[in-house]
Amino acid sequence: MSVAQETPTGPVLQKPTTVRQNGRWSGYRHLLMARMLELKREPEVVFWVFVFPLLLALGLGIAFRNKPEESIPVAIVAGRGSGEAQSLLARAPRPEPFKVQVLNAGEARKGFRLGKFDLVIEPNGNGGVEYWYDPARPESVLAKTQVNDALQAAGGRNDVIATNAVASSEPGSRYIDFLIPGLLGMNLMNSGMWGIGFALVDMRQRKLLKRFVGTPMRRGDFLLALASSRLILMIIEVGLLLAFGVIFFHMRVLGSIAAIAFIAGLGSLTFGGVGLLTASRAQKIESVSGLINLVMMPMWIFSGVFFSYERFPAVIQPLIKALPLTALNDALRASILEGTPLTHQWLRLMILVVWGGISFLLALRWFRWT
Amino acid sequence: MAVAIQCRDLRKTYDGKVEAVRGLNLEIHAGECFGLLGPNGAGKTTTIEILEGLLPPTSGHVSILGHTWQQNEREMREWLGISLQETRLSEKLTVRETIELFASFYREPRSSGEVLEQLQLTEKADSWVGKLSGGQRQRLAVATALVSNPKILFLDEPTTGLDPQSRRQLWDIIRAFQGDGGTVLLTTHYMDEAERLCDRLAIVDHGQVIAEGSPADLIERLGGHHVVEFALSSNGGASAPGILNETWRTLPSVESVRDEDGLVALSVKEPHLAIPALLGAVQKQGRALEHLTTRQASLEDVFVRLTGRHLREE
Ligand SMILES: Nc1ncnc2c1ncn2[C@@H]1O[C@H](COP(=O)(O)OP(=O)(O)O)[C@@H](O)[C@H]1O
Ligand SMILES: [Mg+2]
Repeated sequence: MSVAQETPTGPVLQKPTTVRQNGRWSGYRHLLMARMLELKREPEVVFWVFVFPLLLALGLGIAFRNKPEESIPVAIVAGRGSGEAQSLLARAPRPEPFKVQVLNAGEARKGFRLGKFDLVIEPNGNGGVEYWYDPARPESVLAKTQVNDALQAAGGRNDVIATNAVASSEPGSRYIDFLIPGLLGMNLMNSGMWGIGFALVDMRQRKLLKRFVGTPMRRGDFLLALASSRLILMIIEVGLLLAFGVIFFHMRVLGSIAAIAFIAGLGSLTFGGVGLLTASRAQKIESVSGLINLVMMPMWIFSGVFFSYERFPAVIQPLIKALPLTALNDALRASILEGTPLTHQWLRLMILVVWGGISFLLALRWFRWT
Repeated sequence: MAVAIQCRDLRKTYDGKVEAVRGLNLEIHAGECFGLLGPNGAGKTTTIEILEGLLPPTSGHVSILGHTWQQNEREMREWLGISLQETRLSEKLTVRETIELFASFYREPRSSGEVLEQLQLTEKADSWVGKLSGGQRQRLAVATALVSNPKILFLDEPTTGLDPQSRRQLWDIIRAFQGDGGTVLLTTHYMDEAERLCDRLAIVDHGQVIAEGSPADLIERLGGHHVVEFALSSNGGASAPGILNETWRTLPSVESVRDEDGLVALSVKEPHLAIPALLGAVQKQGRALEHLTTRQASLEDVFVRLTGRHLREE
């Protein structure tokens, strides 16, 4: 048995360099970190992804808030019987919140024309009154009915049927409750499509994709890092908007956080997949921008972001329901507003999976790195 | 000597129409700096990207350190450092973050601090890429290639558009890499760059190698050592230029004649023989010299001799 003699062979060419070892996931981690840093340093992204939806929710929430019952402005024409009418109104059993002004006929009519009063009451001097109202103005019609009821009741009319009215402005049934899940869905679509589609074509146009492919980077890791960055952003987007709704509009979230996060995450990945598909071949950001808008346009209109899609004709309802954003919005609304469990939403979730899955598979076939 | 890069009968036709590379053969040895010199559109980028495994050739064979892209792509990527002709790195990452990102793709990269130091980017390490000058960006592009600790460095027009100082800085970096035993393949349309930097080069035109060798060798073989340029005063009744050019060609030691609108350039091996003969011939024609200079031949002369065009036309 001989002992192998080890002798150094060959000249040492490389000057000693500090060599370090990278693990399997080092590329993924750095890609994700780079992506998050870039997003953080891009003020436009911060605005459109985080601030804009909040502003939209705030603006629309205030514009369409459920107003507290307002007082009804009415004018009484001064003259014989005007004092009597005024005291009758004040004596009504269930005093309606009337805001009464006594004016001469000319001023009362002018104020009515300008919309200052909903109704003008002109006593005829014999204990009766004449109403001036505008049948085309709902609030005027309402004022006439309410004033008349109040006067008749004060005058001694007895209602034969006992009634009880309940005002509905419960959290859960207001416009803002409908709106916030819709905004969530829309935001997930926007940021998925732009965050993936636009970002990829931008990198392709800058030849950065080609440069990456020139390294041993794993292409799967690259796509995974992109998807991960979407999911992280999704958590922040959804958290901010929901917290905003809860704090400012006392919105009630009935579904579990886990279920909502699952739906939102699935929605993010679905639109990430669609974004990947739109970006699979485009060489210029101009062309992908057009494509992204074209894909999103029908969903902006039909998927019930700002108002219910039930208003569209019945024949196109199945098509509307097959759109991914419709499925996402419906699932988010059901989960957030009604606490519907995921198991009752499988059809909507399937629609998302199918759209995302088919887009992703096609994108993998067509995707160009160079 | 070990062969680092080899390609045989390489062809690339874009969209079935544009024949960018038409039967190109190269053999680049380990440890040398090899240049592809040619005008814009000659097919340099197409060639280098095929060799880098980023573009599939229409036909032909490529091997890098004895391996082919079809068999061993992932492993081969560990050995190469690449700088493309035009990459816009992310503007909102810092120089250090960019280098760290590229380093993270390799199993055994160099430390980014060391690479920053070598490329004189330490001062700029924490600046955003968007804030760098052209020369600094180009050094960063080379840094992203060097951080992998490559065996072969591919540089596509590394100094195009740079100021002279930045170009010299990059040349030093390339020489240092080669001095450490690395192999370099670069493309350029600057003759001076090819002459000073490359051990050997291939002149490429219309997708083919039209001449190959060391710069000095090419100049000697094809350019003559010296160029004598002169112009004659205009003088009616003289012979046609074609006949005159025949006269010049027969002068002693003259290897070739080029006539560009009355400015005649002779490629000459030994000026001390050619010039007296030229003066005599001019006198015999009854003409006078209007202008006469001599200079060392350059690769430009080689290119013009081979193609009848200047390198940087258009
Ligand atoms: N992607 C492409 N599609 C079609 N033609 C191309 C493409 N890339 C380059 N070409 C053409 O191929 C030829 C060679 O180009 P290129 O390799 O870039 O030359 P160089 O780098 O020497 O300037 C040019 O005529 C160019 O127009
Ligand atoms: Mg080129």
